[in-house]
Amino acid sequence: MPTKVVMAQLSPTMEEGKLIEWKISEGDAVAQGDIVAEIETDKANMDVEAMGAGVLRKIVVQEGATVPVGTLIGIIAEPDEDIESLLSEAEAASAVVATEEPSDAPEETTAPAETAVPDEAAAIDEAAADETAEAAEEPSAVVLPLETGLEAEGGRVRASPVARKMAAQEGIELGTIAGSGPGGRIVKADVEAAMAAPAGAARAPAAGAIGGAEPVGEPRLRDERVEASQMRKAIARRLAESIGPVPHFYLTIEVDMGRALDMRSELNARADGFKIGVNDILLKTAAEALVRHPQVNASWDEDAIQFHGRVDLGIAVAVEGGLITPVLRDADRKGLRRISLESADLIERARARKLLPEEYQGATFSVSNLGMFGIDEFTAVINPPEAAILAVGMTLEKPVIEGGEITVRRRMRVTMSCDHRVVDGAIGSAYLATLKEMLENPLAMVL
Amino acid sequence: MATKETRAHGNAPSKPEAADQPDLLGLEPGELRELLRLMILARRFEEKTAESYQLGKIGGFLHLYVGQEAVAAGAISALREDDYVISAYREHAQALVRGVPARAVMAELYGRATGCSKGMGGSMHLFDRSVNFLGGHAIVGSHLPIAAGVGYAIRYRGGDQVCLCFFGDAAVNIGAFHEALNMAAKWELPVVWIIENNAYGMGTEISRSAAITELVDRACAYEGTASAQVDGMDVLKVRAAIDEAVRIAREEKRPSLIEAITYRFMGHSMADPSHGTYRAREEVEGWREDDPILSLSDTLIEAGLMTSEEYEEMDRAVIEEVEESAEFAEASPRPDESHIYDLAYSDEYPHGLDRRDSWR
Amino acid sequence: MAVITYREALNQALREEMVRDESVFLIGEEVAEYDGAYKVSKNLLEEFGEWRVRDAPIAELGFAGLGVGAAMVGLRPIVEFMTWNFALLAIDQVINSAAKLYQMSGGQYNVPIVFRGPGGAALMLAAQHSQSPEPWLAYVPGLKVCSPATPYDAKGLLKSAVRDNDPVCFIEGELLYNVKGEVPEDEEILVPIGSADVKRQGDDVTIVTYGKMVHEALRAAETLSAEDEVEADVVDLRSVRPIDVPTVLASVRTTNRAVIVEEGWPVANIGAQLVDDIQREAFDALDAPIARVTGLDVPMPYARNLEKLVLPSAENIRAAAREVCYIS
Repeated sequence: MPTKVVMAQLSPTMEEGKLIEWKISEGDAVAQGDIVAEIETDKANMDVEAMGAGVLRKIVVQEGATVPVGTLIGIIAEPDEDIESLLSEAEAASAVVATEEPSDAPEETTAPAETAVPDEAAAIDEAAADETAEAAEEPSAVVLPLETGLEAEGGRVRASPVARKMAAQEGIELGTIAGSGPGGRIVKADVEAAMAAPAGAARAPAAGAIGGAEPVGEPRLRDERVEASQMRKAIARRLAESIGPVPHFYLTIEVDMGRALDMRSELNARADGFKIGVNDILLKTAAEALVRHPQVNASWDEDAIQFHGRVDLGIAVAVEGGLITPVLRDADRKGLRRISLESADLIERARARKLLPEEYQGATFSVSNLGMFGIDEFTAVINPPEAAILAVGMTLEKPVIEGGEITVRRRMRVTMSCDHRVVDGAIGSAYLATLKEMLENPLAMVL
Repeated sequence: MATKETRAHGNAPSKPEAADQPDLLGLEPGELRELLRLMILARRFEEKTAESYQLGKIGGFLHLYVGQEAVAAGAISALREDDYVISAYREHAQALVRGVPARAVMAELYGRATGCSKGMGGSMHLFDRSVNFLGGHAIVGSHLPIAAGVGYAIRYRGGDQVCLCFFGDAAVNIGAFHEALNMAAKWELPVVWIIENNAYGMGTEISRSAAITELVDRACAYEGTASAQVDGMDVLKVRAAIDEAVRIAREEKRPSLIEAITYRFMGHSMADPSHGTYRAREEVEGWREDDPILSLSDTLIEAGLMTSEEYEEMDRAVIEEVEESAEFAEASPRPDESHIYDLAYSDEYPHGLDRRDSWR
Repeated sequence: MAVITYREALNQALREEMVRDESVFLIGEEVAEYDGAYKVSKNLLEEFGEWRVRDAPIAELGFAGLGVGAAMVGLRPIVEFMTWNFALLAIDQVINSAAKLYQMSGGQYNVPIVFRGPGGAALMLAAQHSQSPEPWLAYVPGLKVCSPATPYDAKGLLKSAVRDNDPVCFIEGELLYNVKGEVPEDEEILVPIGSADVKRQGDDVTIVTYGKMVHEALRAAETLSAEDEVEADVVDLRSVRPIDVPTVLASVRTTNRAVIVEEGWPVANIGAQLVDDIQREAFDALDAPIARVTGLDVPMPYARNLEKLVLPSAENIRAAAREVCYIS
């Protein structure tokens, strides 16, 4: 039986994908699991694995073409197998692709419209996606990068309601879990297994390569949903009415980076050749400060505030043609060295557009550093549902008055954008004060 | 064709010979005038309901009793206050005669909270516990076993009340009739069964549906059940028959089956013309000449118990009462929607009936 | 604590309520001289006399209606149907009279009546004598519907039914009358109508059922525990109107799985209703589609093998539980 290779839905927001490269040519033998192509999604480039064995009989979609999710891009079959019917199907499909913009592609092959917020998209789409997924004829096989509950033609993750809920609470991407239920349905036991598995292994496979994936100890915060008071609800509503759905406000503080930079120099002067960046120190202190101010590590969730049990830091990375925010998981429980290694890996793969969806979704707080671009101060836009983002500017030598005398200090300005529904001015200020205190007394980090 | 002649009261047990003086049953003049007033009240009330129905102020089915007033007035006037009355769905007159205020009946027909059933029942389901009026029941025959149960409760407690049960001629063909009369006879229950034989079950003349000519003969099947057929257009004859039936029930603890030969001047309901499809205009007009209200007023005037002026004054007063009842109904509030679940159960209903209606 | 049969428990309930309240009387076919077709009313005639223990003619509509009338004027009748199959003849009185009079009269006439008798299949009684009336009755607002499984519940629920001020349909089981169970002596037992009882506790799967099927469910639960390492929470509804949805939901939220078992037909039954309640109120708790185990969708055949085929068994229940636990 021929195996279809299709443009798989690889992220909840993906509607179409670009075929970057065929890794094999027509006529080449293929074993199940072989990487046959690389595709570009809205966020990253991903490998396509073969779901069946045989020979790549036909390349339907050529390199460089962008096609809707679910489109047949190639056919794997035995050398003498009849693939005529599949070919005519492919011709019909390619005719459509050739004459229409991808966004106007036929409904059957287009994933339903999705919202821009990645975490919510999967849930919101369920109903609509269900219909299209059920209506579409089951392909004999689909090509997916991971063996997960993702179903290519509709992009719907088959998961039981309780599994969905638990995964959302735990911050586990359903797409990363293999479903053991009927039809690959992800069930409670699968989520429990994923929770029990080493965090790095189950959720961020790439991080495992660095070694020592296990964060230290138990989570230091608790997942908790606290119903908002009437006053809090009123604040949320009124402020949201005032400025868009997320009512931002901004707090700026200036930090003396002298000691931190000195510490960095000392560490980097050691013989092992390991280099720590300013940004690593910043990530470490930002995470530590979040543990002391859990209100900042939270989200507005309708009439409640969702406190997050884990500190997952988003690191804004400029990439060609845009921006992506890889997530450094459990940053509060990792040492500086570990943070440095992981963030370097994440940033590198982000620039190469090699991140997996679960590596750039689900942060609880973000840091954006434009110091390297010479920006000394800026404001960043919050990435919902996070409640705050730190905008870090360049460290400059500045004249500072100390004890009545002008001296030169290395100063850095940090601006935090806060979601006013969750974070009030006092809370944000307290967070920044803690951050400043830590950065100015970096030795306290070892305590 | 059901003319009064063809439906002669041949085997009526006490058909009086033509006499110079009508038998006034020894009733006081005031009682006689009250019988007349009750019949006029029923008549004028229903005339008003027909008007309101056509104006859309009354909904649902409306079954009028016009022409049959002598049966309700004659029968119910024979009762004590602690006796019980139960009826089918053509029961406005029974309720009024029993003492349910006209305004409460009218308000019920208007679907108002002030109605005798709080707007929950309508024309076919009039109830008033304060006068032991056990309702209007709209499934033909279904209230006969209920009447037997009321009789059972009376005997159970050793009381001497009576339950008066009205039903139409067509109900004698339903199984419940047999089951109820059988139990009442077997257990000697104080129930007075009154067939209001108006000749038609809706549009079907009784001879077309019953395998018996004289419905009262059905009583033969239930030993101990007294029976009589009576001129249902003559309120005094009805009264006399029911007086005896009530005495039998109270003193001898036996049921009676009384067949009152009567006629409705209007159609089966407001949706049915008074004549045309199943009966001729001449037939209806023939019976109208025997109007029970005019018969009694003539008798009373001739006997010198009231003057024409007094009769007209009585009629005016009733019309005023009826008009007032309609104004009351019109001005009354509709039932409170927030209490929609309150009357499904008298006891508390755990977990809430409204659990499935959260989006309403 | 005394061990008595379900039949004796019902008899005790009747007797105790008749002693307690003089307005309570029993009427039905063969309830007096014969002691009841299933001997539930044994010795009651002797103690209470014919007005309180009344042999009725074979006229279900008639004596059911008689009960309604007596209830309207203050008595508390217990109407026994020799079986619920015969109650179909009386359904007009149950639905059109008993259930509706309170509302129809604007709250003036409540109907404190109990309609009781055995329902469900017994043994090779064929189509007209083997059916479960609970869904038909539970459909009707104004009625309450109970179906106890054990002697304790039978006694406690019947006593509550007699004291209830609204009509209660009480469905017993021909095959339950000889079931034995512990019932405390010298103690007033009142089981509230509309309260379920967890007959066995477990964390892995919820089995919701009532009446005779409670016993099949408990058998299935033992096998599941011994063979499959699955611990079932067996919820006995006891009443199917009102249904104790909160108890069902609490169990399902723990186990994440539900199997609903009932003896009758599958379409528009109690389980169909419960599926709606569960999906609506515990959607996020489900780890598997809800399974329903019911009788097959045919009139009951006579032949023994076919009858067994039609009725749900402990094996069927176990299979359904395994399925929702994803055990293949």
